[in-house]
Amino acid sequence: MSKSLNTRLKSFLVVLVLPTLFACQNTLKPWVKPYERNNLTLAVMDWELDPIANGYRHHVYQAREGARGAEGGSGGGCGCN
Amino acid sequence: MAREAVVAVTKLLAAATTLVVLLLVILTGSLVPISVSKAAVLPKDRADVMYHSYQGGGMSIDGPSILIRKKMSKNISASFNHYVDTVSSASIDVLATASPYKEERSEQSLGLNYLQDNTLISVGVSQSNENDYQAKSFNFDLSHEFFGNLTTVTMGLSKGSDEITLNGNDNFFEQAEQTNYRLGLSQILTKNFQMGLNLEAITNQGYLNNPYRRYRYLDDASASGYSYATEIYPNTRTSTAGAIRGRYFLPYNAAVYASARLFSDTWGIQANNYTVGYSQSFADNWLIDVHLRYYQQDQADFYQDMFERKDQFNFMARDKEMSSFNDLTVGIKGRYLFKFARTSWAQASSVNVSLEHIKFDYDNFHNVLVTAPQGVGTEPLYQFSANVIRFYVSLWY
Repeated sequence: MSKSLNTRLKSFLVVLVLPTLFACQNTLKPWVKPYERNNLTLAVMDWELDPIANGYRHHVYQAREGARGAEGGSGGGCGCN
Repeated sequence: MAREAVVAVTKLLAAATTLVVLLLVILTGSLVPISVSKAAVLPKDRADVMYHSYQGGGMSIDGPSILIRKKMSKNISASFNHYVDTVSSASIDVLATASPYKEERSEQSLGLNYLQDNTLISVGVSQSNENDYQAKSFNFDLSHEFFGNLTTVTMGLSKGSDEITLNGNDNFFEQAEQTNYRLGLSQILTKNFQMGLNLEAITNQGYLNNPYRRYRYLDDASASGYSYATEIYPNTRTSTAGAIRGRYFLPYNAAVYASARLFSDTWGIQANNYTVGYSQSFADNWLIDVHLRYYQQDQADFYQDMFERKDQFNFMARDKEMSSFNDLTVGIKGRYLFKFARTSWAQASSVNVSLEHIKFDYDNFHNVLVTAPQGVGTEPLYQFSANVIRFYVSLWY
């Protein structure tokens, strides 16, 4: 079980890191031009639309669940033991 | 085996972090020419005032939170957050072994962002105060955009130190330390689709249990058939978590999103959670968001609902947060955006309401407040629901 988790975490790394490394090659150019990114700037596409609300949501779960981390925030000692 | 896996992943993450730091140093030092079409930007100036409330399982927690963010110059932005939890607790943990209590926790955070070309450097300090718990931390985060701003790499480090005291015992004083290592990657894949990956390793050292919590053990001398004693946790913990997420734009001003996280630690806890959601804008000013989140974890190695005797093992816990359980969240959020005239000092404001209902179901944590039908340890399994409310107003200026 733990071994498969380890493997899955490494797979996560490979799935996103490898395309990026390939993307750094000179032969590959950015394929989404700046003028094509209008949809990506809209509110419905924003993961961090309201930081004050996201921070609170993470706090609610961290205080009640054993898992922690990898939720995109900067985090720290929260005194929520 | 789980510990070895977690330590191995932590080492992998530390090595990856070092690699990214070197990469970022090279890139930000402009030793490698990068084609840049648009520079990264500082976070927008904004002020948010929020009222938050959590009601469930005998706990009532509410209070305000204020966040202010302001540019100090073209390259520097500062932020300040003040957060308060007013707690009234009659949870099952409290009712089983102690008396209901009230307390207040306040937290202040100060952050600075520095922007240089496509690199954003963030530093912050934070402190949290309770009558029996003091926590201080600082964080350093670095974010760099490259490949025509389609790719963003982030890395960060936090260190925290806590001081724990015990109400009613002036001789009790303990300390704990925490270090977080973060690594992230965000990638625009198409003009409608972006994905992200986050990894985080966290290490703790010191007094890691809650001094008020108790484990229970069989005791023939007690009328109930069992007694309680103070929990004993290991004084080190290392965990790793990896999360992946994606968000896809739909042509009618909407988006679907999903995320998954895997977690493992040296205490034997393995957990995973999944979120799916849908956001819809309409009538130029409205945004509605609905989402589902499912979380599941396996218990810590040293958790038991009932130990056979006092001091049976070196480490013993009966925290329900250490048990095997799952929770399911259903949430909805509404937002109305006011847009101001260009000549106004403020650009926009929004009013937001967010409601979430969370159902917790425990697999091996029994409800000791209910009489056991067939003897000690046969109490029904514990479950409870909670309602979480966030109401906040935001102003961009």
